[in-house]
Formats: sequence, structure tokens, C-alpha cells
Amino acid sequence: MSRELTGAGIVLQALKDQGVEHIFGYPGGAVLPIYDELFQQDDVQHILVRQEGGAAHAAEGYARTTGKVGVVLVTSGPGATNAVTGITDALMDSIPMVVITGQVPTHLIGNDAFQECDTVGITRPCTKHNWLVRDVNDLARIMHEAFYVARSGRPGPVVVDIPKDVQFATGTYVGPKNIRHKTYNPQVKGDLDRIRAAVDLMAQAKRPILYTGGGVINSGPAASQLLRELVEVTDFPITSTLMGLGAYPASGKNWLGMLGMHGTYEANMAMHDCDVMVCVGARFDDRITGRIDAFAPNAKKIHIDIDPSSINKNVRVDIPIIGDVGHVLEDMVRLWRASAPQRDKKAHDDWWGKIRGWRGRNSLAYRNSDSVIMPQYAIERLYDACKGKETYISTEVGQHQMWAAQFFHFDQPNRWMTSGGLGTMGYGMPAAIGAQIAHPGKLVIDIAGDASILMNIQELSTAVQYRLPIKVFILNNQYMGMVRQWQQLLHGNRMSESYMESLPDFVKLAEAYGAVGIRAQTPQELDGKIEEMIATDHPVIFDCRVAALANCFPMIPSGKAHNEMLLGEDVADEEIENAIGEEGKTLV
Amino acid sequence: MNQPASAYFLQHAEEKAVTHTLSVLVDNEPGVLARVIGLFSGRGYNIDSLTVSETEHEAHLSRITIVTTGTPMVLEQIKHQLERLIPVHRVHDLTAEGRSLERELLMVKVAGQGEQRVEALRLADAFRAQVIDATQTHFVFELTGRTSKIEQFIEIMQPLGLVEIARTGIAAVARGPEPM
Repeated sequence: MSRELTGAGIVLQALKDQGVEHIFGYPGGAVLPIYDELFQQDDVQHILVRQEGGAAHAAEGYARTTGKVGVVLVTSGPGATNAVTGITDALMDSIPMVVITGQVPTHLIGNDAFQECDTVGITRPCTKHNWLVRDVNDLARIMHEAFYVARSGRPGPVVVDIPKDVQFATGTYVGPKNIRHKTYNPQVKGDLDRIRAAVDLMAQAKRPILYTGGGVINSGPAASQLLRELVEVTDFPITSTLMGLGAYPASGKNWLGMLGMHGTYEANMAMHDCDVMVCVGARFDDRITGRIDAFAPNAKKIHIDIDPSSINKNVRVDIPIIGDVGHVLEDMVRLWRASAPQRDKKAHDDWWGKIRGWRGRNSLAYRNSDSVIMPQYAIERLYDACKGKETYISTEVGQHQMWAAQFFHFDQPNRWMTSGGLGTMGYGMPAAIGAQIAHPGKLVIDIAGDASILMNIQELSTAVQYRLPIKVFILNNQYMGMVRQWQQLLHGNRMSESYMESLPDFVKLAEAYGAVGIRAQTPQELDGKIEEMIATDHPVIFDCRVAALANCFPMIPSGKAHNEMLLGEDVADEEIENAIGEEGKTLV
Repeated sequence: MNQPASAYFLQHAEEKAVTHTLSVLVDNEPGVLARVIGLFSGRGYNIDSLTVSETEHEAHLSRITIVTTGTPMVLEQIKHQLERLIPVHRVHDLTAEGRSLERELLMVKVAGQGEQRVEALRLADAFRAQVIDATQTHFVFELTGRTSKIEQFIEIMQPLGLVEIARTGIAAVARGPEPM
């Protein structure tokens, strides 16, 4: 089907043909023709954010909780540059996203025109691919190609930069044909011989572990189901990265908790001592491996990843399997069932015995208090209050993010949105907005910190405008907690610029925006206030005043191996408190 | 271990670096060279030599030849990272696939008079360099060959009045009847 449309008309038609229902954006001079087209139709709903960075994170939250491609529409120049952080975030966390940017008319490109920037130049290193559309007759093809590239293989963001004259010009629209892309055709089926070799290795393992990541989530719900089957048939212990939480249920009996810098003792010790490691859709990030030359020193490593460049990037593996996690796991489970391997029962029991011993250290333990709310306790109570509800959680970045990962437990994929790779403060609230748009009527909570939330606080206005009852649960300790924790541990307790001296009154702030503000200051009132928050059918800012000096443990200190974890009990509260001078305490 | 306090693990194992020649077949479209170069600078890879030119006009294909130095693990990464770029059709590690043919073209300007001038011409002849421009006070020589030969020629011309060098970087092709 081909017909004549304006460039702006082609953009809208392509969005409809790609099944897009929601886009997040902010208008401006160079995209007005597209906004005009948007105004004259009802199929695609536009969500007006308050800053373009918010649009990008909202699209990420939308994509992360639906598996669909998130779509962003922004203007040229500052519109595009404001979106760059979100685009980079999506690249690091493999989130499918199409960003449409306006550009100055083609004859002005390169002339330093008003609101001109080299968008494709700026976004080249932070996208999977990008296009500057110079001919309206290329636009439809490029739009469809953009969606194909964004969602295929290892998903990621793409940018389509459209000059204003191209939006006005008339050209031929072509529909999304099922064409093979001439260069980009990622391999989804894994090599069967390799999978067979992997199954053989796994069958002989005495101390196996499954180390899973965001790739399982990205592969779709079927992959999570297959992962559960694999655990069921092998009875292997399983841990996950921050990005992979929910693929295997936290309530599952083989679950060791998250691994890595703030992972559990049992997960990290099992990673260190294992003899066969099966990495499923994870990428051996430095927050995971710790000291690389002491990482799982005695393990044979199997690595399943759709991106060949993830293989042997940080850690050498023995059996690389390139392919989509879902496809590979399907073959793996089938081959395991077919061969029904005889396992070394004693070794298996010994391994689980050892793991039980590590679990016994109870590495997430913290000392609770009657007088102040401990941040860990706050998350535990929040989790308890959300049980039985379909809940979507986003976070900002910092201590609260790690506590959320440790104490809020996920039994389903696509329920957890966090900025893992880039570590973007300000991600959580717009991501929650995106999730709430995708899941009306469901409970969406941004677990936030007092510093992070201020980085994109303007998006509260978006939530109010669209009546999105998101809940922003701020663990307010009046510090940039994670920065302070590092300064305490590594920089001689010199708390350089990590104290938030002039925080707003979050309750009044919420009210000023037309949202609801709730404050909890004691452990006794916490549950009631959380109930009140959940029952409120409006956007809520929850100012949860927590112990100011609590730190996040367990922790693998820098330059250390998995078996050199620092547990909370090793670091006395007094030590931390003494770290803050008398003068500092009076400020707290 | 005297490591400065850091949120990152700062030490890394030193492996021996090796030099490889990669041939990259790409769509000849705007920005494709920037993507390749940006990949190298952004990820901290080395470029020892880089040549690029359209090779198949009808198919809009260009061939980029890159000589790069890195540890075997980094070289493997470079290959995969290049393959990840959307307009890249194929990446061949010519060095890993066997002894490839590698040539470079040099143009060198030598200025001088008298004995030095005669000597420069004599040596150029020995290297089978062509004279492509000359006055009574200078020659421009053109020489094609492997990098080692080019470098040797430059070294020899240095004391004989060498004033300017232009070289293309390496173009390379695999031996045998098979195309890339």
C-alpha cells in the first residue's frame, strides 16, 4: 500500500502501522508539523512531559513494563540534547526506544540556525543507530527500519532526525513490509552443538550456578517461564543482576538473591566457589564481577547472549552461545530433559549445604529501631503492603535503589524499572509515569531518594495532568546517601558536598503541584501512612524520614573479590556515626 | 597493593598487544566513517592506519581498511563492535585469516641540488619509485609497497632533502581466489 502524504503524515501513519498507542514528548518549533498532525487524529495518544529528559525516561518505563518499543517526540537543539541522558540510559540497559527529533530545515543545517544542533552527531555513540532524513521519500522506510532496529537483537534506542522542510514535503508512504534488513539480522537461534556441550558441562557440574540478567526480561515472558523450567529440572541455585530481578521469582526455593557489589553473601560466595557458571543474558559488568582476576576462579563459564560483543568482553568464557535467551533456553531445557542426566547426588547436596551455610549469615540483616525508621524496614513494610497487588516499582539511583533491590521482592518479570547501567538519578518518577500510562489502575511506585527525586521533580506536574496515581516513596535521609557511604569508606569521612542542606518540604511541594503529600516520621505510624498512600487515587509524594546515617550492606569494596564482602555487622554503627563530626550531627 | 580509593577496580592485567589488519565492508552512506572512527575513539581502541573508499558504486558499498593494535581480547571486541554497527556488512580480520596482501602508496617531496639530488634519484630508482613531478630544485616521488618498504624509503630520503610526506595508509586484500 503506497500513497502520498506529508512528511508529518508519514510519521503518524508509520506510528499507527507500528502499533504505537502512546508517545511521550514536548513540542517545539522544529516539530510543529508533526504536532499538528498529532492533533488531528485519535489513534496515538501523546503524553506531554515537563522536560524532554522526562519523556525519554517515561518511554523507558513504558517499554520496560510492556516489552513494547517506547516512543519519544522532541524538537531540535535543546529538545534533542535534553533527551540524550535518557537515550544513553536506554542504550546501557538495552531498552527498545524510537526517538523522533525535529531538525532545522535542510538548507539551514550547518549554519548554526536557531535551535540547531548536530543531533545525529551527538547521538551517534549513544544509539544503536540513527538517521537524518533528507528526502521525504526515505521517511517511511526509515521509520519502519527504526522500529525494527530498536526491538531486534539486543534492543536499544534509535534516533530519527527529521528536518522541518521534510515534515512539510509530500512523499510516498509505504507500509511496514516484512523485509529482511540488508545488514542487520541478529541470530536468535543458538548453535545446537554448543548448547549440547553446555548441557553436558552442566550435567557434570558439582557446584553449578545460574547467573541471569536483563536479557531474560528483554527476551519476553516466555523466556522467564523457560528459565523457571530450567531451574526446576536442574535444581541449580540461581542469582540475578539488578536488571534481571523478577525473571525467576524471589519466592522460589532456588533463589539466592541479587549478586554483585550490594548482592547477598550467598549469591556472591556461590559465584566465587562455583565450578560451572551459566550466564544467561547478563554481561559481566564491573558491579557484578568485582575484582576481575579473582572472579569465579575455578569455574567453567557458559554465556548465553544475543550480542556477540558481550562475549569475552570482560571475562573469558568457555562456551559462548550467541542467540536469543528464550530460543536458547527452549533448546537447553529440551536437551536436558531428553538426556535426563545422572547427577552426582552427593556433590549436589554438599553444594546446597554450603549455600545454606552462607544463607545462615543473613547478610541483609540490619539493626532495627523503635525511634527512627530504618530505610530497610521502610522497604520491607512497603513490600508487605503491596503483596497481592499487581505492583510496578521504579527507582532512582543510590542507596534507596540497592535497598529496593534487596528488600522488595519480585515474582514476575517486567515489574521492576531501574537505571542499572548508566545509573541515572532522576530516572524513577518519569519511568513510573510511563509504566502507569501502560498499566492504568495498577499500583506504580517510584522508590526514591531525597537527592535523586529533585533531578526530575518537574514530572510530578505530568502525573497530575494525566491523573496518574503514581506513588513516589522517598527514603529521605537528607544525604546523597551512596556518595556519603563511599566518602565514609574511601575518602577519610570527608563528606564533600554530599549533604542536602536545603531540601524542600516534600509534603508542601506535592500540594503545590496538586498532588498529595504524606509524611511518616516514626516506625509506629509507617504502616498506616503506607496504607493511606496506596489507598489514595492521586499522585502521592511520600516523605519517609529515615535514619540519616544508615549505610547499604553487604558490599564488595572496590578492588575486592566476591569472597571478600563487607557485611553490615562488620561495620559498627558507632564507626559510621563517629565518621560524622559533631558539627555535622547538629545539622542532621 | 597501593591502590587509590576508588569505586572502580583500577588494575588490569597486561596482555601483549598485537597488530592486525581489518577489512570492513560498509554501506556508503553519510556518517558511516564517523560511526567507525567514533567507535574506536569512544572505546579507546587504537587506529594505526585507516583507509576508506567506495569500492562498489552500484551497490553503494565502501571498504574501510583499519590497522589496529590491541590484546587478542580487545581485537576480538573490535571485530564484534564493528559488526554491531548497523551499516556494516562484513568484518574480516585479514591478519587472523592468513597472510594478506598489504600495500601503501607514498608521495614524497625531496628538495635539493647537486650531489644530494643525484643520490635521491639514484635511490628512488633502486626502490622503483616514480618521479611524478620535478623542477631543477625538487622531485616528487611516488612509491607503492608494503609499509616496511615505505618506511625504509622515507628514512633513506630523510638526509637527502625530504621536505614533505603524504601517504595513503594501508589497503589490503586476502590472497587466493575467494572474495571477502
